[in-house]
Order: sequence, then C-alpha cells, then structure tokens
Amino acid sequence: MLKTTPLNRIHRELGARMVDFGGWDMPVQYSGVIDEHLAVRKTAGLFDVSHMGEIEVCGAGALDYIQQLTTNDASKLIDGQVQYSAMCYENGGVVDDLTLYRFAADRYLFCVNASNIEKDFAWMKGVLEKGDFAAVSLANRSDCYAQLALQGPCADAILARLTDSDLAALVFYNFIEGEVAGVKTIISRTGYTGESGFELYFAPEHAETIWNALMAAGEPEGLQPIGLGARDTLRLEKKYALYGHELSSQITPLEGGIAWITKLDKPSFIGKEPLSRMKEAGVPRRLVGLRMTQPGVPRENYPVFIGDEEIGIVTSGTMSPSLKVGIALALIATGHHSVGTEVSIGIRKRRVAAEIVKTPFV
Amino acid sequence: MEVRNNLRYSEDHEWVLVENDIATVGISDFAQDAMGDVVFVELPEVGSNLDAGQPFGVVESVKAVSDLLAPLSGEVVEINEELLDTPDSVNSSPYEDAWMIKIKLADDAQVEALMDAEAYRSCIAEQ
Repeated sequence: MLKTTPLNRIHRELGARMVDFGGWDMPVQYSGVIDEHLAVRKTAGLFDVSHMGEIEVCGAGALDYIQQLTTNDASKLIDGQVQYSAMCYENGGVVDDLTLYRFAADRYLFCVNASNIEKDFAWMKGVLEKGDFAAVSLANRSDCYAQLALQGPCADAILARLTDSDLAALVFYNFIEGEVAGVKTIISRTGYTGESGFELYFAPEHAETIWNALMAAGEPEGLQPIGLGARDTLRLEKKYALYGHELSSQITPLEGGIAWITKLDKPSFIGKEPLSRMKEAGVPRRLVGLRMTQPGVPRENYPVFIGDEEIGIVTSGTMSPSLKVGIALALIATGHHSVGTEVSIGIRKRRVAAEIVKTPFV
Repeated sequence: MEVRNNLRYSEDHEWVLVENDIATVGISDFAQDAMGDVVFVELPEVGSNLDAGQPFGVVESVKAVSDLLAPLSGEVVEINEELLDTPDSVNSSPYEDAWMIKIKLADDAQVEALMDAEAYRSCIAEQ
C-alpha cells in the first residue's frame, strides 16, 4: 500500500502522472517535465513535498546531541536559522543529508529525505540511547506536517499576497513562524531548485487550503504545479546532491560534494575519524559536473573514461532543460577531476565525448 | 489517444504502415504520451538487418531510456535523419514527422500477426 500526501486528490484532479517514489504515491509530472522546469526558472512553481520527514529534537543538551550526530557545526545556528547538514555512520558513509531548523536552544527540527525517515529515526534513537543525553527527547513528527515548496523568481510576490510576515526581511536559510492564508505556517527561505523561494510547513489538514490559495494567488504569474521529474532536473542543474545517488552509505560526504558542510575541525562527530583520515590520505574520488560535447544523455551508473581507462561513474544525469544538452554528476578518481578534462561516457555500446565543467551548470 | 485506422500496431506500441513491400515504423501516440518529453532518439544504420523483436534504436525522455523493438524482420532501407535533430516531434507528431525507419519486408506474414487499430485500442484501454 503506497503512502499518500494530503494533496493526493488534488494531484489526480490536475491529471498528474503518479509514480511510486520510495513507497509514496507522488506526482512525477503535470504538464511535462521540461515545461515545468522552465516555469520554475522563469516565473514560479509549486511542489508538494509533504513526503519529506520531520524529526524533532528537544530538551537540555539537544545541541550536544546534534553536534555528535551531524557533520556541520550546529553551534553556529541561532533561533530562526536553518542549516544544511548530514549524518554519517561510524565509517564515514552517509546516513542522510538534511536541513536542521533551530527554534530555540532546546528545540530543533530535522527535515530528512522521505525514503530515509524510518532509517534516520532509528539511527538517531540509537545515538541518543548510547550517549549521555538523558534530557534529550526525540519525536518523529512526519505525520504532523505537510510541506509545500514555492520556488522561482516570482515566489516572493506570490507569497506576499497571502501573508503579513515580512518576507523582505527573511534572508536565505532563515525561517519565521507566521500565517499563510490564515493558517499557522513555518515559512522557510530554502529550496532545492537554486531559485529564490520558500519551503512552507503546516498541519496536514490545511494542505488543500494552502495549495489552492497559493495557486490562486499565483495565477497572474502563471504559477504551475511541479512534479518530482522537474524537481530532479532543477536540482541537478545546480549540482545539489540527492541521497541514493551522490550520497549513500558507500559514499562519504567528502567524495559526494558536501565537504563544505563537513566540519572536521569540530571537537567530535560520528564519522569524524575515518573522514579525517581520508582527507589526510587524499580523498580518492570527487563529485564533478559533466557536460556532453557530443549528442547523448548521460544516466546513472554509466561509466566515465579517459581513453580506455575507466576513471569514474555517473551518479545522476539528464538532458538539461535549460541548456538543451546532456549533463551529469559523476564520481571521478582524484587527479582526473579538474575542470576542462575531456572524458567519454559509455552510453550503451558507444563512447560519447563529454567534458568536466564548472558547476552549477546554470 | 489517437489510434490511426490505416496502421498496424505491435504490443510494444510501435506502429507500422505497409506500402508494397516497405514498412514504415514509428511509436504510437499512447507510447509517446507515456514516455513524456522525448529528448533523444537513436536509430540504426541503413542496411542493417533486423529480426522481429530485436532492439533497433532508443528513445529517451528526460527521465528514462526506452528500447525500440523491431515489429517486423527485414532490412533497414531508410532512417528519418531529421528526427535525430528534432526528437520532440515524437511528442508532437508521432504518426507523421516522427516516423523512424523504413524496413524492406522479409516476411509478409508477420504483418498479419500485428494488431489492427481496433485490437490496439482494446490493448491500450487495458493499460
């Protein structure tokens, strides 16, 4: 039995194509992936991301616990700030990447990937029980929140019509608790598209109200519903990692392109030792951006070559709707990973030329 | 979904137009809709020999790669070169602009084994 979000009925009424996404019945597209992708880049799009998980950490000592659990430095957060972070296993492989919200010194919320909710919660519980965190409590609040992402250059103008909160004062990776269409909402200036925009969290029973209010408010700009297909191409053009592709239990954050949120100078965190050793010995492979220089579409698991030597593997790839050329993220052996390197990608029986390029792609 | 009466169809959603001993092949309106935005097409070389059921090319949407399977056996005598540069015509004109290959039929009896329009309508109605 697939899990559904509170907007399932609306997606079906809109004629979305629905797919099984990690056990969730989710819209992959409405009008078409390319049309939706370009709408977000040009005007604005609305995404149902209610499948994402929310795990609350409360109590005295919450920060110490989170510092152990995550790779980024959570002590830098103040109330109302969000931080992109990750959790690692003891061996340095990634449990999940996440966004961390600080509501108060003793209250935080983790937003985690939908397909990892149970795994993450079990991992977090294990860490809690093993450590000295008697006053810290953990709760899986995923059923208490629906989540919408409103993304694109017109997102501010659209949301401003439905809230009294001061959006102009809300800077990137900050959030406020306000009202949207009369409903109590966490308004977070974050997203997964590289455009300006918001992620909105609220009680699931209000999901249709807020969805409909936003779609109506965005009518002048042509606000469109956006499926998971375009969510993937939008993030890929910005080189944002997707768990299960660029990050996994077999890929460390240093390899998977999120070294910048891996603070090896923190006193300690789970996975720090093997990651520090890896850094010292030299990170064996790096995440790079590839752009096809011959016609072809790179896809996950296609091999990457220099001459006859296999030097890496594609982790995500697509035809970029913005650039109209094949692009990919790939894990490449260190030493072969510099921008400008000419490579080829094994596509079926052929070798197709590509180049390592600067990222983001757009 | 449009199903044209003058065509034959395979279970893999290719259409076939037979004129004398030449079969023109493409993919159906149903197939292009299921695939979504087509961004890349790969076709065989002229002169290659195909067996019915054998992959002869590839259609890629933003999300996925789909094999094209030969609905009939025979020699490829022409391919739609223009389609390689305009893969989106698979979505906009699956029965006209986006024809893919022409095959010189090896076995006429294979044509009879394909579905007619009525049978194909029932086939897609079940999906």
